[in-house]
Amino acid sequence: MELHGITKRFPGVIANHDVDIAVHRGTVHAIVGENGAGKSTLMKILYGMQRPDEGTISVDGRSVSFASPADAIAAGVGMVHQHFMLADNFTVLENVVLGSEPTTGGRLDFSAARRRIAEISDSYGLNVDPYRRVEQLGVGDRQRVEILKVLYRGARILILDEPTAVLVPQEVDELFANLRELKAEGLTVLFISHKLDEVLKVADEITVIRRGTTVATVDPGTVTAPALAELMVGSELPAPELRDSTVTDQPMLAVEGLTVRGPEGRALVDDVSFTIHAGEILGVAGVEGNGQAELVEAIMGIRPLERGRVSLDGEDVSHWSTRRRREAGVGYVPEDRQRHGLLLDAPLWENRVLGHQTRPPNVRGPWIDRAAARSDTRRIVEEYDVRTPGIEVAASALSGGNQQKLIVGREMSGEPRVLIAAHPTRGVDVGAQAAIWEQLRVARAEGLAVLLVSADLEELIGMSDTLRVVLRGRLVAEVDPRHVTPEQLGSAMTGAASDTGTATTTRADAVTAP
Amino acid sequence: MSGIGARLGGLTRRGGSRSPASGQRLLFGLAAPALAILFAAALTSLVLAAAGDSPLAAFRAMVEFGADPASIVNILNKATTYYLSALAVAIGFKMNLFNIGVDGQYRLAAMLAAAVGGAVNLPGPLHVALVVVVAMLVGAAWAGIAGLLKVTRGVSEVISTIMLNFIATGVVAFLLSTDRLAVSIQGSNNIGTRPIPESGRIPGLALVPGTGGKVFGFIVIAALAGVAYSVLLNRTRFGFDLRTTGMSESAAVASGVNVKRMIVAAMLLSGAVAGLVGMPQLLGASYSYGLDFPAGLGFTGIAIALLGRNHPVGIAIGALLFSFLDVSSLILDFEDVPPEIVIIMQGVIVLSVVIAYELVRRYGLVQQQRRVGEQLAAEEPDSAGPGPAAPSDEVRA
Amino acid sequence: MTTTELERPIDPKLRRQSSLRLSGPILLLGVAALLLLLSVVRALTGVDSLTSSGTVNAALGLAVPIGMAGLGGLWAERAGVVNIGLEGMMILGTWFGGWAGYQWGPWVGLVAAVIGGALGGLIHAVATVSFGVDHIVSGVAINLLGAGATRYLSALAFEGVEGGGPTQSPRVANLPSFTVPGLSGVLGSVEDQRIVVVSDLAGIARGLVTNVSALTLIAVALVIGSFWVLWRTAFGLRLRSCGENPVAAESLGVNVYRYKYAAVVASGAFAGLGGAFLAIVAASLYREGQTGGRGYIGLAAMIFGNWRPGGLAAGAGLFGYTDALQLRGGNAVHALLLLVVVLLVGVTVWNLLQRRPVAAATGLVAAALLLWWFLATDAVPNQFTFFAPHLTTLLVLSLAAQRLRMPAADGQPYRRGQDR
Repeated sequence: MELHGITKRFPGVIANHDVDIAVHRGTVHAIVGENGAGKSTLMKILYGMQRPDEGTISVDGRSVSFASPADAIAAGVGMVHQHFMLADNFTVLENVVLGSEPTTGGRLDFSAARRRIAEISDSYGLNVDPYRRVEQLGVGDRQRVEILKVLYRGARILILDEPTAVLVPQEVDELFANLRELKAEGLTVLFISHKLDEVLKVADEITVIRRGTTVATVDPGTVTAPALAELMVGSELPAPELRDSTVTDQPMLAVEGLTVRGPEGRALVDDVSFTIHAGEILGVAGVEGNGQAELVEAIMGIRPLERGRVSLDGEDVSHWSTRRRREAGVGYVPEDRQRHGLLLDAPLWENRVLGHQTRPPNVRGPWIDRAAARSDTRRIVEEYDVRTPGIEVAASALSGGNQQKLIVGREMSGEPRVLIAAHPTRGVDVGAQAAIWEQLRVARAEGLAVLLVSADLEELIGMSDTLRVVLRGRLVAEVDPRHVTPEQLGSAMTGAASDTGTATTTRADAVTAP
Repeated sequence: MSGIGARLGGLTRRGGSRSPASGQRLLFGLAAPALAILFAAALTSLVLAAAGDSPLAAFRAMVEFGADPASIVNILNKATTYYLSALAVAIGFKMNLFNIGVDGQYRLAAMLAAAVGGAVNLPGPLHVALVVVVAMLVGAAWAGIAGLLKVTRGVSEVISTIMLNFIATGVVAFLLSTDRLAVSIQGSNNIGTRPIPESGRIPGLALVPGTGGKVFGFIVIAALAGVAYSVLLNRTRFGFDLRTTGMSESAAVASGVNVKRMIVAAMLLSGAVAGLVGMPQLLGASYSYGLDFPAGLGFTGIAIALLGRNHPVGIAIGALLFSFLDVSSLILDFEDVPPEIVIIMQGVIVLSVVIAYELVRRYGLVQQQRRVGEQLAAEEPDSAGPGPAAPSDEVRA
Repeated sequence: MTTTELERPIDPKLRRQSSLRLSGPILLLGVAALLLLLSVVRALTGVDSLTSSGTVNAALGLAVPIGMAGLGGLWAERAGVVNIGLEGMMILGTWFGGWAGYQWGPWVGLVAAVIGGALGGLIHAVATVSFGVDHIVSGVAINLLGAGATRYLSALAFEGVEGGGPTQSPRVANLPSFTVPGLSGVLGSVEDQRIVVVSDLAGIARGLVTNVSALTLIAVALVIGSFWVLWRTAFGLRLRSCGENPVAAESLGVNVYRYKYAAVVASGAFAGLGGAFLAIVAASLYREGQTGGRGYIGLAAMIFGNWRPGGLAAGAGLFGYTDALQLRGGNAVHALLLLVVVLLVGVTVWNLLQRRPVAAATGLVAAALLLWWFLATDAVPNQFTFFAPHLTTLLVLSLAAQRLRMPAADGQPYRRGQDR
């Protein structure tokens, strides 16, 4: 597969320009670049979801033009999306055959489909029950369904867009084993990522994208991670790290025996207790969907508690509304900034009011103080380096990193005592990432108690004073962030730590039961 | 029905912003309805022509008749009613709620208020106030049912308000019998509530010269309601919470808004305003709720709220337009054209105006992204990459 | 869509569905229990119309337009488009059915009604699918447009025609109807015996085999056919995928716009067919306001049926039945009160077993109030019986809405080439 001179423009931005990549048959070719460098757009072009403004694509030497994914599929190109494209309410079988269904006389031939899926499933070691509904599957299984979908269509070229973003290190290894098997069968894999160590581990060739264009193609055998980072962002990657400990002995946020139940009566958060002191960052590690989101929402008062107690600086706030908790000094950086943190259609200054609509400078009595809110928004834009032409533009016009900087700035402006940060640097560029990490450090230095929930293990290890592991709603381990490795943390997250406890505890008691 | 408040609230809502683009935005805001009306007129002309009538003659007759002072009075009176109805619907829209039940709410409210007004005898302003308050309370209560069902039982307000319309029809029919709240009206087959005495009536205003007809005094209250609506939504905390919930319920929850309470509050407010819909007619003309009391105003209100984009001034213009079409179409009978042609025109206006607004919204969004991108690129050529590159992906979400 | 969202539905109650899945035997048992209850109430109150063949036959007829509107709703919503415009499309169906029917016969009328409804569906599809207009807004506009256009057209087409007028068409010949010979008579004689349960069953069966319109048979076939098409064919899988996750469907080469268009146009056609039934079979002419909100009730029946053909047929049957009793007068609806009391007591017992004291108490109070009403009066005022179906809809949804599961992307705008 060859790309030549691909250029794609969007209103006001050039997402890709002059992209040249040559991918050889039967190899794993990685494309690396930071968030916002234009990888996703490139992938969409490769898969016919968007059309390039300029440039050519050729497959096996023949020039092709994809008007839709259907064309890409016909040319033997398949894509495993970063955000799974699955209908939860459908079975695995329905999801896999959709769009290329075997039929007999107009009727969908379920048994033929099942046979075919079993065949592929066996030959590539992807073990999935075709009659289960997708909503019952875990993350790893869903990804295998995605791969199954692609193979079912007879794809010879697989594009994997950030496939490891949702996996723990052990699952990543499984995935890489699958990829090697595919390669051995003569398939070609295009692997998109921004995680350099993974790329170095699996790729046969690496192309670096920066600001929308290809800057280099390198051999993983001869390049080092720092050199790759230099190519990718023009400097060293920012490192998440804390300076001297500022932890005090003043408990600021305490959670005791917190239990949250789901609609089926299953405990989503199960008897969780911890205390965060002023000046402390407590990290929570866990595979996504193990109760982190529910824990955060319970602390914020968004989700009702079944049992347990949340106290703020010694005061029991379990029965307080979300608004009262916020007024009492709990800042909240939600995990999905677009859905929970922003009013996308509203101007920036109204977004500054959001979540603080009962407090000065935004309000005077029952009235909104528009002038004061506007001027304070200007201050935040200035202080937190939010790149925007003004405060009247809609939040949707900003990049993810700038949106997040605005949110962090806003949450730090309400004289908070506690900051709840869920995945604060997800999907933002390195500049914003470094800025947000710096803000977390500042918050810590000012004596805030910070709860940091993240899926980025480096971030957790680097930015936490204390690190806890959550599994199926329970806190299963306490980890010393100074000594733990991502692999050990990954084991603890999947529950493997308790089985192979000796392996992880040998290292300065890095992992201990709570 | 995601984000309808935001999608309908869009451009004109930020009319007050001081950015250089506000003039352009205002232009967009006006271009959409103007195009929609032109399109509707063209389509209506085609229909008329196909039926063998002259569109030009019909429109000319309508304009001439509509400009008559007596017609103007009628137009203003009808528009007052429409305005209140659309305002009631718009409160819901601002919060992503479809109060399709304004129709049932105002009829039940007007009937009960008329019965109360006819049963008591109080000094002037007090009497009027009593009738109006009863109407608002009944309207609020009837709408509140839908609000409560939504927050406690998860029933979509779209379905529940539709069903409540039918139930209101039955309840009104039940109560409006001579055994219960009604009396026979002399000289006709009609029955109605006992007429409200002089003290409970609102005198008309001789606003239009050249005719003896008087404009409903309630027009003043309708205008005040519009101002109150605007202030409440744009200047108060409550209004901010309401709009926030309409733009993104999930963000509202995270920001500390009690969404369930807001839903009930918005439905109560919308119902209370719906209760006012029947008042101009009741207190200014009929003084009694009879079998011939105007029905169906709630649906007209939906159309006008859409046309006016939930903006108090936009709604006023929409109300005047619809009322003009209604009143002036009466002349068409004399031109041998079925006056119902204006209902088609109104329907086409509504449908094409929402399409036009959607297109303008998309165009405006793209324009804004381009502006942001260009401005940032101009400011700091170095950081063009990470800066504005992402929105193209994310905004489309 | 992030993975956490996948695992965390916004309304956790929607997850309940698995416990709702009724197996065949339980369903049959439930139906049998309901029939038994009905016959006991019939015997106690002496209101024979509760299970008479006449009522059942009328219920069947009244269920058809509701069911067709519901089927229209099913097609549209399974493809992710909420169709509140069914009422307007149905109005178009009644008008075109009457207009073509009186001139060229009922079958042509039927075809015209289907086309008229489909035209309404096409407008809805253009607005919602191509232009991304909010589905409810477009639906409301179509209802206004349908009502307005038919009024104008009536004035144009029916005024001055013999038998017609500004609000109604001349008479339309009826479609053929069928009776199972022999069986109907036998059942009739059993029904007249007034034996508890036996006569009731005979009455119900007789109502279902006597004087059944050809259009009713077509409607039944369409419900079954819709199930087959939507759940057993590739076309149906693709169509439903547009309602569950259109982005995923598009990424697999499914032309989402095309399927949505097909579904919404079909939706209008079904509503038009329901309109044809009203104009041609039920009334033998078009009359203004003939639909009486049945499009909305059809939508409610579909929601009641949890977006499934079988469920919506049951919902349509229920609403048709209350409608039929309503036509029989206050007496029959009055007897129905007792049935509701018994059902409410049953629900209360269930709630007690599930340890929900508040719900149980509410149910018991409601049951007591209804029982008091039943005992203190002889008939329900006919203004109340008028809204019996609507009130039923409201009550049923209040009890069931949280357990229902609509297609995941239902009502959401979709634009090609966009994430989420």
